[in-house]
Amino acid sequence: MTAQQIIFILIALFTLGSAVMVVTTRNLVHAALWLVSTLFGVAVVYALLNANFIAVVQVVIYIGAIAILFIFAVMLTRKDMRDAGPQINKNWWAGVLVSLLVFGGLVYMLKEWSGFTKTASELPPGFDSIGLLGEALVSPNAYVLPFEVASVLLLAALVGAVYVAFNPRAGKSDK
Amino acid sequence: MSFWNDPLKVAADWLEGVFTGWGMNADAAHVLVAFLGVFLLITILMVIDIFLVWVERKVVARFQDRLGPNRVGPFGLIQPFADIIKLIIKEDTTPGNADKVVYNLAPILSMMSVLILWAVVPLAPVMLGTDLNVGALFLIAAGAIGTLSIIMAGWASNNKFALIGGFRQVAVMVSFEIPMLTVLMIPVIFAESMNMNAIIAAQSTWYFLISPLGALIFLVAAIAELGRAPFDLAEGESELVSGFNIEYSGMKFGMFYAGELLHAFTFGGFWAILFFGGYRFFGLEQVSPFLAILILIIKAMLGYWVIMWVKYTMMRIRIDQMLAFNWKFLTPLAFALLLVTALMNALLASAPAWLYTLGMILANIVTGWIAIEIARSATRSERERIEGGKKPAEAHH
Repeated sequence: MTAQQIIFILIALFTLGSAVMVVTTRNLVHAALWLVSTLFGVAVVYALLNANFIAVVQVVIYIGAIAILFIFAVMLTRKDMRDAGPQINKNWWAGVLVSLLVFGGLVYMLKEWSGFTKTASELPPGFDSIGLLGEALVSPNAYVLPFEVASVLLLAALVGAVYVAFNPRAGKSDK
Repeated sequence: MSFWNDPLKVAADWLEGVFTGWGMNADAAHVLVAFLGVFLLITILMVIDIFLVWVERKVVARFQDRLGPNRVGPFGLIQPFADIIKLIIKEDTTPGNADKVVYNLAPILSMMSVLILWAVVPLAPVMLGTDLNVGALFLIAAGAIGTLSIIMAGWASNNKFALIGGFRQVAVMVSFEIPMLTVLMIPVIFAESMNMNAIIAAQSTWYFLISPLGALIFLVAAIAELGRAPFDLAEGESELVSGFNIEYSGMKFGMFYAGELLHAFTFGGFWAILFFGGYRFFGLEQVSPFLAILILIIKAMLGYWVIMWVKYTMMRIRIDQMLAFNWKFLTPLAFALLLVTALMNALLASAPAWLYTLGMILANIVTGWIAIEIARSATRSERERIEGGKKPAEAHH
């Protein structure tokens, strides 16, 4: 077993353990903080895959923006941070079934793949992964359409959020 | 390669030789030496941090026409050690019903978010922690951990004032992250790399000269990230006490305080790296790596001094005005500047150096001037709206 495999297994256990804590802890702020550690574990997995850019973006977006917003939302909307209700509902068996099917399907498909048992080859020195990613995102032969569609979708979400939050009468009321 | 040309590598090779000589596995020796390097860097930073307390107190005293610490040791130099002894022997209190784990984790994360930044700082051409190809984004990622530590501290203290202070601080940090991230892309456009060392290597003319507005926006956003005046909105002596850290005592408070000072010094360093050539100074950095480190530290200290200058000169600004300033002025300006810079960079790609520099400066001036004119007309109409409503009432007097 190589050092990288040992690190991967430790990180995977850390990520999975944190993910389990997210859904089992009764304190909502703790759940959000465990979610942060789960997302951090995923960022480390990206770093292990030599995807530095994705790893750093994962930390910036998910921990720096989304997790902070979660914590804000929990703190601003809940009077009591403890959730007293039952933690599973009567559809638990369907959730177990779907997750097992997805996991089984992924394992089955990956076993068929020829690269499953190989270790990742080292990147050649001077390999400009960010430059290639940037070019791929705006190249017509690659991903420019999905990239632009995602941008328009996000813009629409932004406009929608502003529309929902904007109250045209708020400015006039103090007159 | 001799010790004086590449001290870090020579020392690391020597240490690895010693460790393998003791019968240690080569990989294990490599990891151990890397750990020792990190330990050494952190130790040096913490020692610098101790003296930053003295520097900060001495400089604020000069700004306020006082003497500052001058009793313990020559020029009060031993004062920080007295402060540290005081902090260590203070009672370590934990508020009742506080969330103990989160409460104790917050100061550690706060300090960590600052120390981790030094992983990507190139101290000299050959001395750097890691040659990360996304160094510029790493700066924002580390800031995210700092934001998290503040909200953790505010929430776990089980104190309304701490929570409100934490909310206010986090609101400012999350908002000003956006202009900072945008402006960080300007040196990246010039250097065509996010690698800190490559950004320095590409700066034969300081980026401050071709993007003065970008440097200014970065400084403003950096001060906001630090939560120092005029952005010290978490603090409010009359209504919020001292913000998210009021429940912390002893060394845990010390971690927040020392973290803030080191953060200010670090941002001074990043300001120097991104806009003032980092360790470069008329070829002196090629003479010896030690000289390069000295140049970087002097530049970082100058940046830190500017941050202190702003802190002790500016008045406090109300939080809604501060957030409006960010969302309605600084963020659109940063976006506009990024667009203009990218466009000019493409247009002037084949122009001679003097034309390129001149064009960039003019683009910056025009962008800044238009932004100020728009802001002026907006504030004028706002003032007329408010004063126009008051006028009938004043006519009675």
